Amino acid sequence: MKILVCITHVPDTTSKIAFSDNNTKFDSTNVQYIIGPYEDYAISKAVDLKSSNNAHVTVLNVGKSESDPSLRRALAIGADEAIRIDADPMDTFFVATQIASHVKGETYDLILMGRESIDFNGGIVHSLVGQMLGIPAFSPVMQLEINDSKVKMTREIEGGKEYLETSLPLIAGCQEPIAEWKIPNMRGIMTARTKPFEVVEAYDSETRSRNKNFELPKEKGGIQLIDPDEVEKLHELLRNEAKVI
Amino acid sequence: MSIIVFLEKEGSNIRNTSLEAISYGSELSKKVNAKVVCVVFGALESSEGEKTGLYGCDKLIHVNDQAFDQAVINVYAHALNDIMNNESGDIFITAQSALADPIAAKIAVLQNASIATNVSELPDLNTEFSVSRSIYSGKAFENLILASPKKIISIKRNAIGLIENQKSASIEISDLKLNPDLIDAEITGTDRTTGMILLPEADIVVSAGRGMKGPENWGMVEELAEELGAAIGCSKPVSDVGWRPHHEHVGQTGIKVAPNLYIAIGISGAIQHLAGVSSSKVIVVINNDPEAPFFKNADYGIVGDAFEVVPKLIEVIRQNK
Ligand SMILES: Cc1cc2nc3c(=O)[nH]c(=O)nc-3n(C[C@H](O)[C@H](O)[C@H](O)COP(=O)(O)OP(=O)(O)OC[C@H]3O[C@@H](n4cnc5c(N)ncnc54)[C@H](O)[C@@H]3O)c2cc1C
Ligand SMILES: Nc1ncnc2c1ncn2[C@@H]1O[C@H](COP(=O)(O)O)[C@@H](O)[C@H]1O
Repeated sequence: MKILVCITHVPDTTSKIAFSDNNTKFDSTNVQYIIGPYEDYAISKAVDLKSSNNAHVTVLNVGKSESDPSLRRALAIGADEAIRIDADPMDTFFVATQIASHVKGETYDLILMGRESIDFNGGIVHSLVGQMLGIPAFSPVMQLEINDSKVKMTREIEGGKEYLETSLPLIAGCQEPIAEWKIPNMRGIMTARTKPFEVVEAYDSETRSRNKNFELPKEKGGIQLIDPDEVEKLHELLRNEAKVI
Repeated sequence: MSIIVFLEKEGSNIRNTSLEAISYGSELSKKVNAKVVCVVFGALESSEGEKTGLYGCDKLIHVNDQAFDQAVINVYAHALNDIMNNESGDIFITAQSALADPIAAKIAVLQNASIATNVSELPDLNTEFSVSRSIYSGKAFENLILASPKKIISIKRNAIGLIENQKSASIEISDLKLNPDLIDAEITGTDRTTGMILLPEADIVVSAGRGMKGPENWGMVEELAEELGAAIGCSKPVSDVGWRPHHEHVGQTGIKVAPNLYIAIGISGAIQHLAGVSSSKVIVVINNDPEAPFFKNADYGIVGDAFEVVPKLIEVIRQNK
């Protein structure tokens, strides 16, 4: 069984976000980068399937060389080979086209992604790739069971869950608790160095959107504290000042 | 030209977030001079059609093949794509949801369109067509230019709110049938709490964290939510240990909410939690630690023991009903 895992290289969840150059560039000063947390679930699930389904796992990123540490980490966690498509992930359509173009030349049974990238928050690359290739795509997937080529899934929907059955090939956007998060061990880190790591040129593709600039959210105007013995005052403020109840 | 708005239902009623999508389409239609064509599938309460006009729908297409009520994403996407072609739709609008976003993505591919999800305001048409969308999990916004002639937009809750536009929608019953060739998965069941207010729909969210000490203490959270007509949320550790279901967990890796009022009880306000609530209009924090970071990001706060403050708050609300 061949599995592809698509990962992003994104600011750590505790990062303070700032922009430079007149709010047109992300300011990466002091920012730590990580594999997107949802893609950590995707890698972990893929590695689980290595032992249970004898899977071969390829990890893929569309990005520049900054992403290499995240790809190496994925190898250390247990992926068998890494591929980086050497391109700036300019817009979501561009990224999806790059992934779809790569997949076309291969025979993956399962493509795992995260539910969403935590920088761009599109939540749609899986569906775009699925539609481009005519492969079913579902997200966010909380449980995934494979028996031969039959698949049983649990997908989160508003207020609950949906149970689905389909067959491979399949694209799934992962979220907890699909697998236990794995971290690299010493042996993993050592063997990662000898695993195949390929950098390929970007495929020809258009973009359909363009960033104009960024903005930070408006800051809160300061808090109004209310004495715990005057809870009725909170009620009165919410009703007459904030007008929200 | 027309703006196509996809309407999602809760049972046989149109979701509030979809009504907001109509308002959004209607406000946009004034700028681009287009007709607002809404589409709804499956069983529908008879009074619901008229309601769409209230928010600015010109024409409602009701695809009443009830087979759609059990349909998968791919089926909806192709049906909506056909309708978009028939109605010369240039813009497709939907309220963000687990069903709508993948549909929007598929239609974007089928229509060669630009797509933006997580959109938080009406488009800016001054120079080019651009939308403001929430990025970095709520920590920033991006103004994104949608460059293709056709545009697909998925909006966040409270992107503009409900705006009444008083039109009388013409209702067209469509005889479009579900195409079984498009079924790429079978829905074998759903497991949903019914009768509760959904987090993404709620005007008010009452959310609680580890400060509640254990699942047995959630009674007062539920009571407060009930008194306020609010949905219930929680912090991640609370759903991780199973005190509350996963779909209630709010934050960077959970649901991002945008209610008018967010009440946080016994939640410290870690940056990952704040990411999911920063779009809330008013935030109230109840925490016994005056140093809790949440107080820096709130509008109103009470430094106190939740086990005393919350019951008092419930009492006050009851007295003032
Ligand atoms: C990759 C990653 C992603 C994450 N994503 C999310 C996310 O999406 N959502 C999320 O919520 N977290 C997320 N987290 C976890 C986050 O960092 C915090 O650990 C979490 O939000 C803390 O939850 P809490 O506030 O309930 O618990 P705590 O931090 O333990 O805070 C409990 C609070 O309750 C207060 N308290 C205690 N007793 C009382 C009392 N009697 N009355 C009133 N107050 C009381 C305490 O003062 C304290 O402030 C993520 C973490 C990581 C690493
Ligand atoms: N630049 C990228 N390289 C590889 N995979 C990506 C990239 N961007 C997004 N993805 C994958 O697509 C998923 C959804 O991304 P998004 O639609 O941006 O929220 C992510 O969780 C990743 O698995």
